Amino acid sequence: MILQDFIALSPILDLGAFSLVTMLAIAFRRNHARIAVCAFMSCLFTLATLPWAATAAPRAVTTLLVVDGHALLYMGLILSATMVIIALSYRYLNCQFHEQEGVEEYYLLLLLATFGGLVLTTAAHFVSFFLGFELLGLSLCSLIGYLRTRRNPLEAAVKYLLLSITASAFLLFGLALLYFESGAMTFHEVGVSVKQWQTVPALWLGGLILVLVGIALKLGLAPFHMWIPDVYQGAPTPITTYIATVSKAAVMALLLRLATEVGILELPPVVHLFSLLAVVSMVTGNVLALLQQNVKRLLAYSSIAHFGYVLVALLAGGPAAAEAVTFYVIVYCAMTLGAFGVVTVYSSEGGDKDRVEDYQGLFWTRPWLAGMLALSLLSLAGIPVTAGFIGKFYAIAAGVDAGLWWLVLALIANSVVSLYYYLRLFVTLFGEVTAPAMLPEAQTVQRPEFFSWPAICSLGFVASIILVLGVYPEPLIQLIRESVSNLLMVAAQRP
Amino acid sequence: MGLWLLILIPILAAPLAWMGQQWSRHAPRWIVLGALAIDFVLVLLLGGQHSTVQSSGHGAWLVESHTSWIPRWGISLHLGLDGLSVVLILLTVFVGIVATIASWTEIQSRVGLFHCNVLFALGGVIGVFLAIDLFLFFFFWELMLIPMYLLIVIWGHAARRHASFKFFLFTQAGSLVLLVGIVALALLHQQATGRPSFDYADLMGLTLTSEMARWLMLAFLIGFLVKLPAPPFHTWLPDTYAEAPTGATIILAGILAKTGAYGLLRFTLPLFPEALSEFAPIAMGLGVVGILYAAVLACAQTDIKRLVAYSSISHMGFILLGAFAGTELALQGVMMQMVAHGLSTGGLFLLAGALEERYQTRDMRQMGGLWSVTPRLATMALFFACASLGLPGLANFIGEFLVLFGSYATQPVMIILASLGMVMAAIYSLGMMQRTFFGRQQDTRTAPDLSNVAFGTLLFIAGLQIWLGLYPMAVLTTTKPVMEQLVQHALVSANPTHLPSEPLLSSHIVTSQGSTP
Repeated sequence: MILQDFIALSPILDLGAFSLVTMLAIAFRRNHARIAVCAFMSCLFTLATLPWAATAAPRAVTTLLVVDGHALLYMGLILSATMVIIALSYRYLNCQFHEQEGVEEYYLLLLLATFGGLVLTTAAHFVSFFLGFELLGLSLCSLIGYLRTRRNPLEAAVKYLLLSITASAFLLFGLALLYFESGAMTFHEVGVSVKQWQTVPALWLGGLILVLVGIALKLGLAPFHMWIPDVYQGAPTPITTYIATVSKAAVMALLLRLATEVGILELPPVVHLFSLLAVVSMVTGNVLALLQQNVKRLLAYSSIAHFGYVLVALLAGGPAAAEAVTFYVIVYCAMTLGAFGVVTVYSSEGGDKDRVEDYQGLFWTRPWLAGMLALSLLSLAGIPVTAGFIGKFYAIAAGVDAGLWWLVLALIANSVVSLYYYLRLFVTLFGEVTAPAMLPEAQTVQRPEFFSWPAICSLGFVASIILVLGVYPEPLIQLIRESVSNLLMVAAQRP
Repeated sequence: MGLWLLILIPILAAPLAWMGQQWSRHAPRWIVLGALAIDFVLVLLLGGQHSTVQSSGHGAWLVESHTSWIPRWGISLHLGLDGLSVVLILLTVFVGIVATIASWTEIQSRVGLFHCNVLFALGGVIGVFLAIDLFLFFFFWELMLIPMYLLIVIWGHAARRHASFKFFLFTQAGSLVLLVGIVALALLHQQATGRPSFDYADLMGLTLTSEMARWLMLAFLIGFLVKLPAPPFHTWLPDTYAEAPTGATIILAGILAKTGAYGLLRFTLPLFPEALSEFAPIAMGLGVVGILYAAVLACAQTDIKRLVAYSSISHMGFILLGAFAGTELALQGVMMQMVAHGLSTGGLFLLAGALEERYQTRDMRQMGGLWSVTPRLATMALFFACASLGLPGLANFIGEFLVLFGSYATQPVMIILASLGMVMAAIYSLGMMQRTFFGRQQDTRTAPDLSNVAFGTLLFIAGLQIWLGLYPMAVLTTTKPVMEQLVQHALVSANPTHLPSEPLLSSHIVTSQGSTP
């Protein structure tokens, strides 16, 4: 390890150190606000080290980790999303968490999960892959069950634990098979041995498919999606947001690196598997979302469908696909943060507000909050001026470019179906105000102050991202193109 | 810059109109009228400035504005104004003013937001008529959808939810197909030249294999036919028109339907000339089916708004018919029909809205004998019914006549069938008059007659109808260069060998009347 390695690795080291600091701060004195600020600043400082790390990138730090433009871009995404989630969490926890003890570890776990996410973005070796995967999964598991006196979060935590264990089991066995056949543990060496084989050994292919199933479980691709709606619904809303954005983005970053370095998209069985997963995810997600009466479940199914769209882009293969996938994931994170962010802020007033009826006529009582949700929904539906449109455009362009006509047609048909449920929620926002909400203050005595500065700032930040990316995406496109070329370069360069 | 002002004035005035609600009840309405008036003057200035310049060849625009936007995809902020856009933007602004006046008394709740949406929608439509980068076009194409949707879903009548969903899903499905077509075209450009481009002029020069052209043409056609609408994509229309508030219906029927026709003229025809020559009989057939089918259904309606809605589909059939006839005469007819229909349905929906406001019903069986109660309303209704049925001397007649006349040479049987549509228009229009204003009075309540403002507006539209009916050259000379190019381009692409002989066939209206068989 020389200095350059430390510089390249500085975001991960930084966040690790700050996690320790946060832990010590909790041990020293419990104070919700202070710890929240500490966690927020940890992410902010880590974010600030990214440009510094970029000076040393691309660089392979040991055989385990690769820090390149691709990793740094996803790190930026993960850290920004985590900051938004921390900002939204504070008031939510204040409102939901009645016990006055033990709320602070929430932030520590959040930092650790993010640490796992950062490791995943840089992982270039089976070991670092598995470590990041587990760190993220275990931290999330305790976060989901953090409101330990409630029934739903506990149920969700148990479900997520089972999912996590299943995914890890598949993953470990798959990695073992890959190692058994190719005798290598780094993605790159595995990729090299694949290129040398005339035909890919069946056992190796089986191993790869097991690994991909593990990843699909984490991404919640149908038919491995069963846990998604229940966990989304049961988990505290900020954590739902975290699962939907950070956790999926990190796994996607890893999948992208795996796909490029090992070259799995050149194997027909994998292409068939992914095509199947894409179509099944889109159809299942969208059709089941039609039936939902709960906003969190609705968004859960919609996220399944969105990763179906991402897979369509991924299947296009080559640099265009990596570009489209990265763009879509960033956009998806922004709009999901927006939608779940509104649910979080709205739920911070007292009780979870996750039924569709809770949002009836919200626009007339809380125009800004409803406007934010409306914007996110339009973005999720892919209407212009929002980032979602450019994302969908990218996915369609990648698919058309690669000649995946059937997948593109499936994407379009599904987009139309998805409009129906997004519109349903959208219309509800503009519906007539229901009776209870019209009642004067008499009933809601001493309504807690509902908008706090962190919430306004973070939602405003997300809204501006959605709008700016929708109107002027060029700078981000350039950034992504650089990072993608970086990713491909590293894959090609190393012996 | 002037072109951007055209789009930005309504869009920037929109938030102002929303805020204006706080100052006074009528402030938003005046803001809309003011913004549209400025736009109106601006179009006249921009279009009039260069009226002497004869533009020829594609890419020659009266005014053009070009800025790079997303270079990665070859997307630019490229606007262009030609005769076609001038006429349609003038129509847009005018119909917008009519819609605002029509909702003067009808919209009493959330006035600011209503007018904010009206302005956003109009801004989007003007953008559609100006954009000559296909991505930008699609951007505006979608932009106008959300405000329209909100107008229907917030201020609509009883079944608004259902109607608005249908409207949105149909048009959005069509749009997505269109998007795939656009993206595929841009990527084909990338394959041919190494860089993707969404620019109209670039894509015009692209040579496509005939199979690819056929599929892409179909994608473009579906996107535009849904908006037009033509059967079998028309089912969203009657529900939407009937359930939307009057102002929104006027915008929908008067302008949004025209965006579909505009798309056909601007993009589908020039981009895929060869594929079209094969497909033209089918498209014209759809047009004839639309004319007759909608006319028959219009005869059977009891709901006055649905009747006008079906008559609207029927009139749009003429546009489809003329657009694919491939002669300049028919294309000029299409242009005239677009303007005339915008004016006449605007008037009819305003009247239907006025009736609904007075009697709280759209059911014509509960009306009857209203002539004596509301003479002004009845007179104007008679006038617009006559305009709609194609009375000579009014603008609709010119449009339909030119379409029929211009396409007779290519499809005589279809044209004979289509002419039946004009007969049926007489049946349903006069039937509407009969059931509503003549006969025995069902509802004995007295109702106020049209207000002076509404009456004045209607008189003004009527004046325009007569003016364009007697002097259609006002529109036709403006759009003539564009239509000439369209026909020439189509002919050149279809049979590149004999250039000069064929296009002259219909190069001038007066001479072609003699030379068309």
